Amino acid sequence: MTLAIRCKDLYKCYDNKVDAVRGLDLEIPTGECFGLLGPNGAGKTTTIEILEGLLDPTRGDVEILGKRWGQHDTELREWLGISLQETKLPEKLTVREVLTLFRSFYRKGRDPVEVIAQVELTEKEKTWVNKLSGGQRQRLAVGCALVGSPKILFLDEPTTGLDPQSRRQLWSLVRQFKQQGGTILLTTHYMDEAERLCDRVAIVDHGKVIAIGSPVEMIATLGGEHVVEFALDRTNGKTLSSECLAELASVMSVRSESDSFSLHVQEPHLAIPALISYLRETEVSLVRLTTRHASLEDVFVKLTGRHLRDE
Amino acid sequence: MTRQNPLWELTLCRFREFAREPEVIFWVFGFPVLLAVGLGIAFRDRPPEKIFVAVVSHPEAPSIVERLKRVPAVNAEIQDPQQAASSLRLGKVALAVALGSGYEYRYDPTRPDSLLARSIVDSALQNAAGRQDPVKTIERAITEPGARYIDFLIPGLLGMNLMGGGMWGIGFVIVDMRIKKLLKRMIATPMRKIDFMLAMILSRLAFMVAEVVLLLLVGRFAFGMIIQGSVASIVAVAFFGSMCFTGMGLLVSSRAQKIETVSGLMNLVMLPMYVVSGVFFSAERFPRVLQPYIQSLPLTALNDALRSVILEGAHLATQGPHLAILALWGSLSFLLALRWFRWN
Repeated sequence: MTLAIRCKDLYKCYDNKVDAVRGLDLEIPTGECFGLLGPNGAGKTTTIEILEGLLDPTRGDVEILGKRWGQHDTELREWLGISLQETKLPEKLTVREVLTLFRSFYRKGRDPVEVIAQVELTEKEKTWVNKLSGGQRQRLAVGCALVGSPKILFLDEPTTGLDPQSRRQLWSLVRQFKQQGGTILLTTHYMDEAERLCDRVAIVDHGKVIAIGSPVEMIATLGGEHVVEFALDRTNGKTLSSECLAELASVMSVRSESDSFSLHVQEPHLAIPALISYLRETEVSLVRLTTRHASLEDVFVKLTGRHLRDE
Repeated sequence: MTRQNPLWELTLCRFREFAREPEVIFWVFGFPVLLAVGLGIAFRDRPPEKIFVAVVSHPEAPSIVERLKRVPAVNAEIQDPQQAASSLRLGKVALAVALGSGYEYRYDPTRPDSLLARSIVDSALQNAAGRQDPVKTIERAITEPGARYIDFLIPGLLGMNLMGGGMWGIGFVIVDMRIKKLLKRMIATPMRKIDFMLAMILSRLAFMVAEVVLLLLVGRFAFGMIIQGSVASIVAVAFFGSMCFTGMGLLVSSRAQKIETVSGLMNLVMLPMYVVSGVFFSAERFPRVLQPYIQSLPLTALNDALRSVILEGAHLATQGPHLAILALWGSLSFLLALRWFRWN
């Protein structure tokens, strides 16, 4: 399998002070949808902009489709479709004019009208950019990336700040591109986006990859695919020990957070009755109990002790 | 669909964006016309003001007043001594004439109109008394178009507009695109940087022609200005000016990250030239020691060249030194801008 993106030992310091990226390795085969997941400030945007050839790394090695920045820029620019975080496209141009402009930059590319239809903006074809909604603007930005008929699509936080329907429309654009054999690298701090969209995910924290794999594999490393969360009534001053909870049937691990606990369990139908009877024995009562599927968020919490959105 | 030429598309988009901003249209086209009309009306040619003269009351005063009435520029009246003194002090009259054994002229020698009044009145009274001028003189009034203030003003406004258009039209747009990360987005495509720069220049040139034609039409039809030079040579001078200030606009915007920064830089560059480069009054009015500096400024060179070509019908070849100054400033700015330009 050929590699679309490969980077090794990537470092980036800004003004010799902040280390945004500290030794990052990635290998992404063609045809894969790969996600960089991490909290704000983890170094995702710096990483993707180095791979896009828009930033120079302090040191490290980058290869895109076997070519290097600084040597094959002209070809690479033809092959990549890019959507930056928060680009403001020209406000007083129409959707069609913007796409025709971007199309003119590429030797080979697609008919702007066809791209407009694909990003579901046909009705807005003659509308100025400043009259579009957030979701429509973001689809137009992706359209600008698609109009050059790229081999790799780079999307930096494509759905940040969008409503659920707009997010789903964008996800479907990404899936279509992948079905046609394209490679995608996207960054996100939404775990659900990474889980649903990406074949593989790298969790990035403080400029390093701390875990890499398919969402299913990563969640499996937690030991239990289900999470039982509960909070105790503390009025009688009683509490529970994590060690005792870990002994309960089917419980793989225990985490306590101020007045609540979360258990990773393999089989909730065994763990919950065991928990209830244990609570009855110790005469502690519940104020809340929920169960859910484990997510990449739990993987991040397990690895760092922090939540994705804490920053 | 076939691919459009990127240079054409970039220029076309610049054009559309410009044409869709009503404020920009006003500042580029409306404002200079309003300024020309306003200043043209304020400084229009008027008949010279009358000079008021007091004749201090005396038995012979009425005959003196009678004589002075024959002088068109003078308005004389009899006043008692106190009244005449007060009128003189308050500037209501430029001169008081007291009669005695001869004529006594009372006036403030530091007031130009008083000096003028003294000269005119004395001459009139002496001639009336029988003085013969030894040399015959004839007088011919010269008030033909070309020598009026509005004629001086229109080329200056044109120069000012070419400077403002080049600087704001390029500098502001580029910094705005940098802030919006549009520059960064564009270099993430295979777009050639030179196409982007050329599109900026081409769109500027098209606006330049429109600006020149508009102001000249206003001058010609609203104020009867006579345009001596050929349109081709006027446009050629404007081309040099426009290119020069486009280069300077690129330079001031080559690194600025904020609108405030670029506005400050542009005002720093343009304000001194508004004052010293002969837009509203001649640059020659500044002290001699400053002249070498003032004359080497691009706006001074542009205004001088425009005035020579428009008002005197000078041939383009005679404007070599002025065009060289513009070319030097322009190319130096371009080179530095290309070197320093920051896309992201």
